[in-house]
Amino acid sequence: MSNGRFGIHGGQYIPETLMNAVIELEEAYNYYKNDPDFNAELDELYRNYAGRPSLLYYAEKMTKDLGGAKIYLKREDLNHTGAHKINNALGQALLAQKMGKTRLIAETGAGQHGVATATVAAYMGMDCEVYMGRLDMERQALNVYRMRLMGTTVHGVDAGTATLKDAVSECFREWTSRISDTHYLLGSCMGPHPFPTIVRDFQAVISKEIKQQMLAQEGRLPDAVIACVGGGSNAIGSFYNFIEDPGVRLIGCEAAGRGVDTFETAATVATGRLGIFHGMKSYFCQDEFGQIAPVYSISAGLDYPGIGPEHAWLHDTGRAEYVPVTDDEAVETFEYLSRTEGIIPAIESAHAVAYAKKLAPTMRPDQSIVITLSGRGDKDVAAIARYRGEDLHD
Amino acid sequence: MTKIAYAFQNGKAFIPFLTCGDPDLETTEALVKAMAEAGADLIELGIPFSDPTAEGPVIQAANLRALRAGTTTDKVFELVRKLRETVTIPMVFMTYANVVFSYGSEKFLSKAAEVGIQGLILPDVPFEEKAEFEPLCAKYGLELVSMIAPTSHARIRSIAAEAKGFVYCVSSLGVTGVRSSITTDIGAMVKLVKETKNIPAAVGFGISTPEQAREMAQKADGVIVGSAIVKLIATNGRDSIKPVTEYVKSMKDAIR
Repeated sequence: MSNGRFGIHGGQYIPETLMNAVIELEEAYNYYKNDPDFNAELDELYRNYAGRPSLLYYAEKMTKDLGGAKIYLKREDLNHTGAHKINNALGQALLAQKMGKTRLIAETGAGQHGVATATVAAYMGMDCEVYMGRLDMERQALNVYRMRLMGTTVHGVDAGTATLKDAVSECFREWTSRISDTHYLLGSCMGPHPFPTIVRDFQAVISKEIKQQMLAQEGRLPDAVIACVGGGSNAIGSFYNFIEDPGVRLIGCEAAGRGVDTFETAATVATGRLGIFHGMKSYFCQDEFGQIAPVYSISAGLDYPGIGPEHAWLHDTGRAEYVPVTDDEAVETFEYLSRTEGIIPAIESAHAVAYAKKLAPTMRPDQSIVITLSGRGDKDVAAIARYRGEDLHD
Repeated sequence: MTKIAYAFQNGKAFIPFLTCGDPDLETTEALVKAMAEAGADLIELGIPFSDPTAEGPVIQAANLRALRAGTTTDKVFELVRKLRETVTIPMVFMTYANVVFSYGSEKFLSKAAEVGIQGLILPDVPFEEKAEFEPLCAKYGLELVSMIAPTSHARIRSIAAEAKGFVYCVSSLGVTGVRSSITTDIGAMVKLVKETKNIPAAVGFGISTPEQAREMAQKADGVIVGSAIVKLIATNGRDSIKPVTEYVKSMKDAIR
């Protein structure tokens, strides 16, 4: 079996045209990940550009309201650009620059990864083109404008379901046509090896900080870490440094859309099965003949029919649990956190908070939960208003 | 000699591609028969996939039309069974890894062999991943065709050394689709293949005109054409048998 496996998952199922590009990327990454200068440069960017370390915030109101475990929020929403996506964008762009690449391409769903990539491209003086499903461009018009503001060209993707999976497909197509000067800055812990490993390593700063902060603030590790999962980058980043700590429950929250018993869902672990797509073997929502299912979630960032291969493996081994959260639960929680703590979460992150709301009351007050707040919710306000039957005019 | 190798015994091989079920399976059946009579040496039958990541817009659209028309893997097997009553030239499936894997690779390959398919082309399965399918292909007497690309460089030797059936030379960077010119040094790619192994090499991606076909046939053993044919089918629908027949004749004549 090829490199880059997590159990049976992962691999490199891509056209021959791209093979030397991913091999070159792997070699460069293996060199630079151990290079002190590279790491010092990245640390500096994390601190002075992205605003790391991000806060570990004790949500006292929420804790009191729910009456159970102490709740901490890992505030990735406070990073520059408002989401965890900047961690990976900075890391990969720096790596691409070291490799002599001058142009970045990226897919985006909710627009957060597109914005992070556009931001880093502007900062580093690189050309940038982002592919975004036409439907998502409508759902996230503000983010489209932000990307353009920073000099990025945004291409609308009309193929297939015009959402995240189609944007990923279009990036692979674009990359096969222009490789020598271009790096595909993949936004999640998915795709062919080495992307799932690279993205996980750059996002693992989240769990590294959580661990240090919990030890400093509570003197012990959390009892559970909860994060939302689309492809799964903020979740794998939140889990990674706790995988070897069996006392820490790791819980990924999938987007169930209108429910896992309906066709309008994006809950891959709950409703998908093993397949090969977008460069990897993993779980995918698909029909009996392997046609990829047109998934649905209110959250454009979780609206993906697959899950990263390391999550598939953590599911197989039982080390992490994956639970579905519906649109209704997420929207209700979006409003709850805004009201209770004065923090408007991304609708993606609201999926994680929603599950914590159910879990916390079943736990003791001396236990604690860390929820990764992967992004802020400004981008979602208009869509949530629409969901509640209110039309906001700009 | 392998069954696919027969395709290369009649001068330079002309290898047309179409997507099964576009616009419907009856038309595909008529088209395959007509192409075989018009001089095709081997036919690539595309099994539609919802997300064909190596295809340009023309074949992407054909995949979606075929799926919307209700085409399934089982129906394609039945189509091939019917075709085999009259069509004697080699036929291979061109599809994506998940179509085979999700069906159950062994079940898929045994059924493909049973209905009369000689080989399999999976554009999202490179050399590093062929162990996923090749042992099962071998078990049922199918050949898994290897692809090489303009970016393959030193990989060409390793790929060619283990290649089966024929080597599919991807003419240019990018996805499938008509191109006005091909700038890759195909001759050099084919030479590397031949130095490594005595196996036919056919060129595909971007070829549409008899002139291009003639030029490529001077450098390789065969020419593969997909998008140009799929475009004719898209334009003419159920009435595409005549234009496709004429086109295949003109292409085969050009490389004879």
